[in-house]
Amino acid sequence: MSNKKFGNSGKQYVTIRLAGQLFGLPIDRVQDVFMPDNFTFVPLAETQIAGVLNLRGRILTAIDLSKVLNVAAVNETNIERPAISVIYANELYGLLIDIIGEVVTLDSEQLEANPVNLDAEWAKISVGTYRLEDELLVILDVDVLIEELLNKEAA
Amino acid sequence: MDDLLGEFLTETNESLEVIDTELVRFEREPNNAKILDNVFRLVHTIKGTCGFLGLPRLEMLAHAAETLMGTYRDGATVSDDGVSTILMSIDKIKDILLALEETEKEPEGKDEELINKLLVLAGVFEDNEKANAENELKQETDELEKEDLILPEEPKEATGGGTMGRELKPGEVSLDDLEAAFLNAEGPDLSQPPEKPVTEPEKASANQIAAKKEKAMANQTIRVNVQTIENLMNMVSELVLTRNQLLEISRRNEGREEESEFNTPLQRLSNVTAELQEGVMKTRMQPIGSAWGKLPRIVRDLSVELGKPIDLEMIGKETELDRQVLELIRDPLTHMVRNSADHGIEMPDVREKAGKSKTGTIRLSAHHEGGHILISIADDGKGLNTKKLSEKLISQGLASESEVNSMSDAQIHKYIFHPGFSTAEKVTAVSGRGVGMDVVRTNIELIGGSIDLKSAEGSGTTVTVKIPLTLAIIPALIIESAGERFAIPQLAVSELVRVNQQGENRIEKIKNAEVLRLRNSLLPIVRLSDLLNMERKQEKDDNVLRSDSTFVVVTEVGTRSFGVIVDEVFHTEEIVVKPMSGMLKDVSMFSGNTIMGDGSVIMILDPNGLSQSIGSAHEEVEKDELSDEKAKNKDNDIISLLIFEAGSSDPKAVPLSLVTRLEEFDYSSVERAGSRHMVQYRDRLMPLVYVNEEGNRQTEGAMPMMVFAEGERVMGLVVDRIVDIVEAKLELQVDSDMEGFLGSAIICEKATEVLDVGYFLPKAYSDWFERKEQVRPRARRLLYAEDSPFFRNMIVPVLIGAGYDVTAVEDGIEAFDLVQEGAKFDIVVTDIEMPNMDGFTLTRCLSENKNSANWPVIALSAFVGEASEKRAKALGMFDFIAKFDRKGLIDALKRTEQVIDVEVAA
Repeated sequence: MSNKKFGNSGKQYVTIRLAGQLFGLPIDRVQDVFMPDNFTFVPLAETQIAGVLNLRGRILTAIDLSKVLNVAAVNETNIERPAISVIYANELYGLLIDIIGEVVTLDSEQLEANPVNLDAEWAKISVGTYRLEDELLVILDVDVLIEELLNKEAA
Repeated sequence: MDDLLGEFLTETNESLEVIDTELVRFEREPNNAKILDNVFRLVHTIKGTCGFLGLPRLEMLAHAAETLMGTYRDGATVSDDGVSTILMSIDKIKDILLALEETEKEPEGKDEELINKLLVLAGVFEDNEKANAENELKQETDELEKEDLILPEEPKEATGGGTMGRELKPGEVSLDDLEAAFLNAEGPDLSQPPEKPVTEPEKASANQIAAKKEKAMANQTIRVNVQTIENLMNMVSELVLTRNQLLEISRRNEGREEESEFNTPLQRLSNVTAELQEGVMKTRMQPIGSAWGKLPRIVRDLSVELGKPIDLEMIGKETELDRQVLELIRDPLTHMVRNSADHGIEMPDVREKAGKSKTGTIRLSAHHEGGHILISIADDGKGLNTKKLSEKLISQGLASESEVNSMSDAQIHKYIFHPGFSTAEKVTAVSGRGVGMDVVRTNIELIGGSIDLKSAEGSGTTVTVKIPLTLAIIPALIIESAGERFAIPQLAVSELVRVNQQGENRIEKIKNAEVLRLRNSLLPIVRLSDLLNMERKQEKDDNVLRSDSTFVVVTEVGTRSFGVIVDEVFHTEEIVVKPMSGMLKDVSMFSGNTIMGDGSVIMILDPNGLSQSIGSAHEEVEKDELSDEKAKNKDNDIISLLIFEAGSSDPKAVPLSLVTRLEEFDYSSVERAGSRHMVQYRDRLMPLVYVNEEGNRQTEGAMPMMVFAEGERVMGLVVDRIVDIVEAKLELQVDSDMEGFLGSAIICEKATEVLDVGYFLPKAYSDWFERKEQVRPRARRLLYAEDSPFFRNMIVPVLIGAGYDVTAVEDGIEAFDLVQEGAKFDIVVTDIEMPNMDGFTLTRCLSENKNSANWPVIALSAFVGEASEKRAKALGMFDFIAKFDRKGLIDALKRTEQVIDVEVAA
């Protein structure tokens, strides 16, 4: 799309909002944005796992991103929260968020390292921060995020 | 990878497997020309293709092996050494193929030694000709390449003679060759046999027919990529789901008008889907023989290595099962056959002595039964040595001696499936490392199968494996618990029981464990909602649940069965098992998930996971309730009980604290004095009393007995068998009408008679109770405060043994609370150093309370010092005793008796 503006260094992100904070996910990792319904609760699973559901014939594991980031979601119920589906290791995952934002194109050269005093959990799963005009955009690393959860399960 | 090379690898690997099997057969039937032809042909094809693909190292090896086989075909005597060498070269070829698969290049290396050996055996050249071998081979290789391409119209190799043999026949040519041939030659040539070798015309024509047959077969089958079938299978799975969805909708519309319109096509769709599913499933089916292919070779090698002649019989090779399952059982099967060969079959001389034939037999068989395939591995070897197993069990700490004694042979045999258990005395290359049968069991249970073992000492062992035919689609029972739906594989469900608290089938409780009487067994019951930790939701429905009837799904896992309480049972449905996300893999309760007809996802319960968590779930419940109802449970403290049998197999119990020792005497050492029996015990005579009636006793062998001792007096109470020592709550529920027993209590889920020691003691010494009975008309109620569980455990049995009704509490406050609530005691024993309220304060409080003012208080302390003793005296404590001084405690208690009696009298 408007990658020309930044030459090769332009990168597109889908922005999401969770507990007021703006986050970005690389657009090439986002499969789908959908409104999940008909969750199946999985007993004994980690609290971050909101449940499993059927997304067009595939079974998706829904991750409550607010529990991962340890923030209070604005919308507490599972229903009526949009989700972003991503694929990791051939498996489908859905990240539950508060509000889905827009697609932005940013110059990857302007991505700044996370401030050193950032929450350790957050720092682990984010690759850096953009200074937008009126707020900060934290870019999340989907792979690390899911890997962390997988490891947590294994532990 | 190069397509051609890839195809070559698959094809060659398959051929090699056949060669392995066939060669072993050939070794036994050296006169069977058909087998040799087959092997020869396969090796030849390999050689030919190698030449075509430019793989000189492989080609030379194959050629040398072929040469040796050629001489056998020409009538040379088959030697063990020869077959071994051929097998060695086959192994070498496998190694090279493996490297080839990885690197797509032939690995570096020389095989001259092997080739020379083959050629020497073939008598092609004498040792001194070795030097020329390579040149000669090279020449032949060149020749070969040409031959492969121009073969059909120029069958000159038949006249090539010598080392070249007469290998190529038209029907044996690989597809690539054929294509090349078609380009160069007229079609009809193919069907025309080449000039028959003059020497063996008959054989050649036989080859011809075999080759033709082969070709006809080849035309009826096509090679399909496994992935294609997998995809097809997935699509069918989706179709089944959609069909289910439609059926669900039609079920909902039942009774409405539009129903009729859809019903017929839907029915057809349903049928077609079912057939399609079956059809696709069939494409995934493979004969089990392909998992057995390697076994004859393995057994042969083992038989040589171990020096035991072993026959491997295979029955039901053509039994088909799902590819996926097949892959998963390949290794366990191999392992079990190895086990049979290594542990099962005896050495030939031992066999002969036992009157068996020198050659051991391992029989592998497979057949279908319902939706399962049953595979059994039977050997006619020595069987499991139950005695040795028992010893191993005890020495490895897997079971106690008394446990082992109470086990049946079959139960003991089951232990070979226990992790870390090995019966082999020595670790051999074959087995004995203790990572065997448990791995086998785990693998088989992983695919929903079960494993069973039957063994008779001296006559062999049979292991039976039962596995489902397929894993992808399974029938499952849909149930609901705490508002969530789950699927349980039908395989594990043996029956459904509707229980009703008012009705005949009702759930009973033994402490916190719920059980159900089901015909003649006692079934442990768990609530699914508890197992899945869903109590919060459960509580809401609890009242409804308990008053109403509930369903118990009787589940069977291996030999263990248990009941699972669910709220609702729906229907059975064919579900498509979808693997769980990696994030949920650690939740062992589930084995997968599936999409239901209504589009929702439900979790599939794993019966193995349920079974494993049952024990632990109960423990947790018990712990929870303990902390909740600590005070209430106080007077029902758990004590150690000795379980024994006497007269009948019904268990009988006696508090362990009363028993001084357990002894065993041989019947022959019993001495008689008049009507009394006694034995010499520690240089004294110990009178024996029998629990059993006269005539019902054993009259030989070892007699187990419980020794009761007090002061100078010792008595042996003879029983049939000491069974176990258990920790249990002793709560008499029914009075006994049997002499010598106090009554019955439920111990370890069984009704158990509790021995009245007091009935038997006077039989040994008529005056045993005389003094005591005067002083102790009834059991004294004793309150015992002690914060350390260790000391509580140590002292409580002593107190109970001394005949007190003991209530143990953890600190002064608890003790005093009980007293304030109105509990009555005759004596108080208290620790001094306790949290919350110490012993001194407790004593003071008790003396200030009018109900308890007169109770004698005995202090127990780890720190006995003058200051403390003084303080105890000042507070009016009855006595002050060191914690380890049991005798002192008993003495002090006796002295309190007198005080109390005086008080009662006054």
